[in-house]
Amino acid sequence: MRKCIEGSLAVAEAIKLCRPAVVAAYPITPQTHIVEELAKFKAEGEADFEFVRAESEFSAASIVLGASASGVRTYTASSSQGLLLMTEVLFTIAGLRLPVVLTCANRAVSAPINIWNDQQDAMTIRDAGWIMLFAEDNQEAVDFHLLAYKISEQVKIPVMVNMDGFVLTHTFEPVDIPSEKEVACFLPNYAPAAGQILNVKSPVSLGCFATPADYLEIRQDLFNDLVSSMEIIKKELGNFKKTFKRGNSELVEYYGDKDAEIVFAAMGSIVGTIKDAVDELNAAGQKAGVIKIKCFRPFPKEEVVSQLSKAKYAAVIDKNISLGQEGILATEIKALVRNDKKVQSFIVGLGGRDVTRQHIFDIYKKVQDNKDGVLFVG
Amino acid sequence: MTDKMLFNSLLNPGHSSCAGCGEILAMRHVLDAAGSNTIIVNATGCSEVTTSKFPTSSFKVPWIHANFENASAVAAGVWAALKTKRKILRGSSRFTSGLAPQDDKQKQAQDDKAGKINVMAWGGDGAFFDIGFGLLSGSWERGENILHVCFDNEAYMNTGVQASGATPFSANTTTTPPDTNSFGNELMKKDMIAIALAHRCVYAGTATIANVVDIENKVKKALTLAGPKYLQILVTCVPGWYTDAKDTIKIARLAQQTGVYPVVEFVNGELLDAVKCPVPRPKVEEYLKLQGRYKHLFKSDKGQVIIKKIQSMADENMEKYNLQ
Ligand SMILES: Cc1ncc(C[n+]2csc(CCOP(=O)(O)OP(=O)(O)O)c2C)c(N)n1
Ligand SMILES: [Mg+2]
Repeated sequence: MRKCIEGSLAVAEAIKLCRPAVVAAYPITPQTHIVEELAKFKAEGEADFEFVRAESEFSAASIVLGASASGVRTYTASSSQGLLLMTEVLFTIAGLRLPVVLTCANRAVSAPINIWNDQQDAMTIRDAGWIMLFAEDNQEAVDFHLLAYKISEQVKIPVMVNMDGFVLTHTFEPVDIPSEKEVACFLPNYAPAAGQILNVKSPVSLGCFATPADYLEIRQDLFNDLVSSMEIIKKELGNFKKTFKRGNSELVEYYGDKDAEIVFAAMGSIVGTIKDAVDELNAAGQKAGVIKIKCFRPFPKEEVVSQLSKAKYAAVIDKNISLGQEGILATEIKALVRNDKKVQSFIVGLGGRDVTRQHIFDIYKKVQDNKDGVLFVG
Repeated sequence: MTDKMLFNSLLNPGHSSCAGCGEILAMRHVLDAAGSNTIIVNATGCSEVTTSKFPTSSFKVPWIHANFENASAVAAGVWAALKTKRKILRGSSRFTSGLAPQDDKQKQAQDDKAGKINVMAWGGDGAFFDIGFGLLSGSWERGENILHVCFDNEAYMNTGVQASGATPFSANTTTTPPDTNSFGNELMKKDMIAIALAHRCVYAGTATIANVVDIENKVKKALTLAGPKYLQILVTCVPGWYTDAKDTIKIARLAQQTGVYPVVEFVNGELLDAVKCPVPRPKVEEYLKLQGRYKHLFKSDKGQVIIKKIQSMADENMEKYNLQ
């Protein structure tokens, strides 16, 4: 059913429809509305998951770890400092191959403390071994959560759904919330395979320590499975489209002039602003386009390369920075694209600084200056 | 191989604990007292490292290790999951999903009747007194039906005998080395039983590896009580206390008999039992002199002053818990 609803509440509805058994969370802006709404569902009798009020994000992540290892569907959400506090456990969840789903309401990181949106939090834990999806709008945020469970339970890799704090979490938009029946059909009950969970009838030991004789192969397995999860993600995006009649199976979407010389690359809600700017540029006869990267881990290398194949310049727009290097997405794209193509790193929107079409036009001009180094725009 | 062993335990031999390790002995008795209907969440530390070298494991019950500090919270997740599973099995859940297919519904329902699955969080003193303290407090506050078992060897042994919040006054550790300007650890051991009681734990008790029957009885009793539970067991550490393997039990017994380590049991906040000290009560010197970690105290006049202080701390315990 289509309704005009705040992003956080739409996501909470989606989570309710996914029927997790254990939800654990700790409050941090801008994630709070999601978990408050879930607590409300439970209080109203609309849902009956165990809602564990953790005393920290470290604990919240540990609680969903334990519940997931016991064979039930779990959910948690966080942001910024909270996500960073979880970091150690996030690596462990992935290493233990647990299908935990987490929403990151993306927010800047201290210091200075700042509650507004950028994507530094998620990008900082990119090597933890999670599948990382980035939503452009609230419909995608809802849809990605249904997909997250469907994918994670197949590949036994946790999924983090990223939605920009405030820009998406606190914004009212028309969103199609699927029915219970539709979701149950797309996402059946979770049934972990025997021997993979804590069960007194078939005891297993999980989380054993590995010596140099085994550690490398175990990490290599996780790497290989994360890379090959790309095919499952695409397949499930396709299934989603069949069931719900929206979305597409691409991990990287292209928008704008097909022969664009200048192509922007970005993730999350900023893509919407860039699309508007691209429309204006195209209307004025300028050859511009944008690639939207929906899935950052695993990184869809081939799709990025092919979508940038015609571009002369790639302007990579990051709402994060690897201090001492450049925007993180920029580094990843530079690693893929041959030197004859100019890839420039632009940093925007840190700590919630508004990004307007005018900024995108500025970037459009600056990328042609062929300057190396990082350009801050805002 | 295991059925040919002389004893039958849920904790298999073949682990890599040191000769004379008090901790592994305590782990075995705790687990056997709890029985096979038990899930263990183990913190990082000697208890985990000696028993779970991939691809082997000493445990015949479901066992999980995640991180150093989070055994209590992971156990909280296990417990929450078990609650929802029971709801699903009783057919009283309309919403939740996630039932393991190998869970035979009828059998599980019988188990439910026969008694619930025990959830235990295991860790060292470092795991509970220090780094996982907040997570332990959180679980206690939420009233989760978990038995937290602290194997207290009074330092971070797995990383090479560094001092923790459980290290006693004046002990020599690698981060409290006695020398010209130091007499060992200058801080007092944290009183975790008092902290557990402040959280309204339904069970809070101590034991030592000198009395494994007491350990087993305490585990069994604690597991009959629903709610948050804490059991702290003093376990001798041969390389960490610089002791002889043959003295593991003797030293732990002296810890109790001298009044240095009171063995007590609180149920619902009430002191039900405190193991009496013998008459005449051995002096603390007898306990201290068997351990290299206190050797420096016997070498100087300052050391004699400190021994007196340790004696007076033991005497205070006598009064506090009425141990005579
Ligand atoms: C976050 C974190 N910090 C430090 C360590 C290193 N570490 C592993 S075990 C351990 C000591 C464990 O001490 P304790 O809990 O007392 O158990 P013991 O080994 O003495 O039985 C330490 C410091 C770690 N694994 N994780
Ligand atoms: Mg210790």
